This record gives sequence, structure tokens and C-alpha cells, in this order.
Amino acid sequence: MNRFERQVILPGFGIDGQAKLRNSSVLVIGAGGLGCPILLYLAAAGVGKIGVADGDKVALSNLNRQVLFGEKELGKNKAETAARYFQEKYSDIKWEVYPEFITTENAQELISGYDLMIDGTDNFPTRYLVNDACVLMGKPLVFGAIYQHEGQVSVFNLGENACNYRDLYPKMPSALEIPNCAETGVIGVLPGIIGNLMALEAIKVLSGLGKPLSNRVLFFNSLTSQTYEVEISPNSEAQEAMPASFASFEIMDYELACEGIKQLTWSDAMKKMNHDVAFVDVREPGEMPPLECTGLLKIPFSSLSTQFGRLADSEEVLFFCQSGIRSQNAARQLQEAFPDKKIYSIKGGINALKTN
Amino acid sequence: MPNTIHIKAFGMVAERIGATDLELAHCLDSEALLETLRAKFPELTTTKFSLAINKKLISGNQEIPENAEIALLPPFSGG
Repeated sequence: MNRFERQVILPGFGIDGQAKLRNSSVLVIGAGGLGCPILLYLAAAGVGKIGVADGDKVALSNLNRQVLFGEKELGKNKAETAARYFQEKYSDIKWEVYPEFITTENAQELISGYDLMIDGTDNFPTRYLVNDACVLMGKPLVFGAIYQHEGQVSVFNLGENACNYRDLYPKMPSALEIPNCAETGVIGVLPGIIGNLMALEAIKVLSGLGKPLSNRVLFFNSLTSQTYEVEISPNSEAQEAMPASFASFEIMDYELACEGIKQLTWSDAMKKMNHDVAFVDVREPGEMPPLECTGLLKIPFSSLSTQFGRLADSEEVLFFCQSGIRSQNAARQLQEAFPDKKIYSIKGGINALKTN
Repeated sequence: MPNTIHIKAFGMVAERIGATDLELAHCLDSEALLETLRAKFPELTTTKFSLAINKKLISGNQEIPENAEIALLPPFSGG
């Protein structure tokens, strides 16, 4: 007997199904609310090689749903912590750990080593990036995402005439339209359920069991326990927006494409500072910590629309706020009024400056 | 009921409409339906979502059969 006996005796799965899992490799992108349950069940099922990519660190607010982590792991990298957990549990899986976020620079190298990708990330730019990289490499992708009490699951890029994320959502949305769970909250069981559905789809794709959710998307509502299934078909117009090659993928700015506003890190922003650039704090008076430097303009977001005149003479404008959301909004508003200006928002706002 | 369409709203769209299910008078095609919805719920103009007619995702403008079920499907980003 081995640890997979109960699935090997299952009609339709059997020794063949187990051998296929054993010889498969899966890359789980994002070890958060979705990634944790996905990893738990793929490891338990005996997928031969599992890669985990996540540049994020465990935070206290993650623990209601990211069940691989505990109080002792606060501040540690999620990919490394998750792999360590499983290395103590099972001896028969090869683990690859990537303590970094997926980017246009590392995507091709990361993905090339795996049969199947699973997207457990938490933002639109990364979801389009992962989708496009998988399409370019012809690799199947299990997709899942949540919003408050709802989730959606699909399998992209599998087989002939296969759909991908761009067929489902041709227009790239912005985080301002659809916030993620860091902003709107979530009960931990929901990503648990959606992550398990994703793990199940992965096992179906790898072993040949059943019918994967290819060219279909499944919606689940945890408040009503209802599901809703929709058929998707390839949309040639949507595919035209896809980068045609890895050369164009690598120079694509997914954040700019989603948000419509170029985002800068603090270090890039510092390099831009000179007297031609307006540097604007859009936080309301009293938000902490205050930032004081020469030339800094303070225009609270609530009164921005009446103070555009103060920015009329600046060719370039750099906005920041507390977390990077209001500054994007501010940048969009100003861009509408002055389409020719170069306008930027600083990613992560003052919070990002504090952690650096 | 004749000349009716059944709307099923998801995620942020349901929030903005204030309901997950809704009955509307029949609209000829999906463009006309979107116009009706945006007039009735102005907050929908700033949210992107896909549309399915009788559980099939559509692209571009499409005719709506009588008594059709239309799903309004916004993208989710959380994970």
C-alpha cells in the first residue's frame, strides 16, 4: 500500500491516473488565499513536481484564509514557508521555490519548466500577464478569482480552439472598478472552496479524469450556495489586444494597460524629481505620517477637481496618497482634463515608503 | 410572462443594481439592454462586465430572444 491507495482504487483514476500526476509538474502562482488550499490538495494527491511563486510576506491579516501559515511565520516569504511545510510532510514531491512575483521579465523562464500553471494571484495586471504568457507558450492555465462572497473558476488554453482570460474579459479592468479582498474583506472559507475547485480542475487536466472547465466559466456564490455556468467561445477581437510575441510581451506594461495610469516606485519617482515636475500629496490634512519636502504641493483629493489650475503649468505631475488608490484616481481625473500631461501615481503610496 | 427578460447580476454589478435577480421589459438586443441598464442604474457606467445570453457569453451586439436569461458578469481579481 502507498499513500495514494484510496485514489488508485477509484474507477476511472487508477494506477494510470496516479502515474500521470506523478509525472506532472505544476506551477502555483501566488501562495495566498487560493494558493494555500491548491497546494494542500495537489501535494496530498501526489503531483510529482510543484513550483510555488510568491514574493509576498505573511501578514497577520492573511491568517483567516491562508491556512498554511501561522503566527510564527509573520514576515516570512510565503513561497518559502509553504514549501518548508510540505517538505516536512511528504518525501515524494520535488519542490521548486520562487520567492518573487511573476513579471514580464521572469514569466517565460518560470512557466517553461511546467506542464500546467495555476493562477492564484490577486490583481488584474498579474492575471492578464499570466494569461498572456501561458497563451504565448501554449500551456494550460487553471484560473480562479474571488470577490466578497463570490468566486469564478475556469480552465484556459486547453486543447483545440481553447479560450483564455481575454475571451472572457476583453477589456482590461482597473483596480478602482473592482477592488480585491484586501480592500473589501472575505470569509476564509470562500477562497478555500474556490482554491479546491481549482485544485480539482488541475487534477482533471493532468490525469485525464472527467471534463475540465475548458471554454466554460463557473461562478459560485457562498451566500446562496448557488453555482452558475457560462459557455465561452474564442473572440478574435479580444485576441488582437494580446502581445503577439515574447518580444512584445516583455515590453508590455500591464499595470499601465489596466489602470490607464503609469505607476512608479518611490525610487523611480525620486529620480524624476526636479523643478519641472509637480509632486502632489493628495491625502487629507492629518493623515500620518506627514511628508515635508521643498516644492511638495498638498492638494487633498476631496478638493482636487477645484484646484486643477495649480497644476496647469506643470508638464509632469507625480501624485501620491496613503496606499496608492486615491493617487491613481487623482491621476485619472487630471489626465482627463489635461490629456497631454505626463501623469504618474506612486505605487503603494506612503505605506510603501515606510516599508522601504 | 411574455416580453420579459430575466437578469442575473454578479459581484460588483449586483451591488450596484441592489439585487441579484431582476425582471425587465424585453429589449431588442444587447446594446439596447445596456442602455436601459445604464439609464436605470447610472453607477453601472463605470464598471466593466461581460454579458451572457442564455448562459452563453456574447461579444459585440446580439439579438435577445424573448424570455431570455441575461447574466451580467464582472471580473473578480481577489485571491
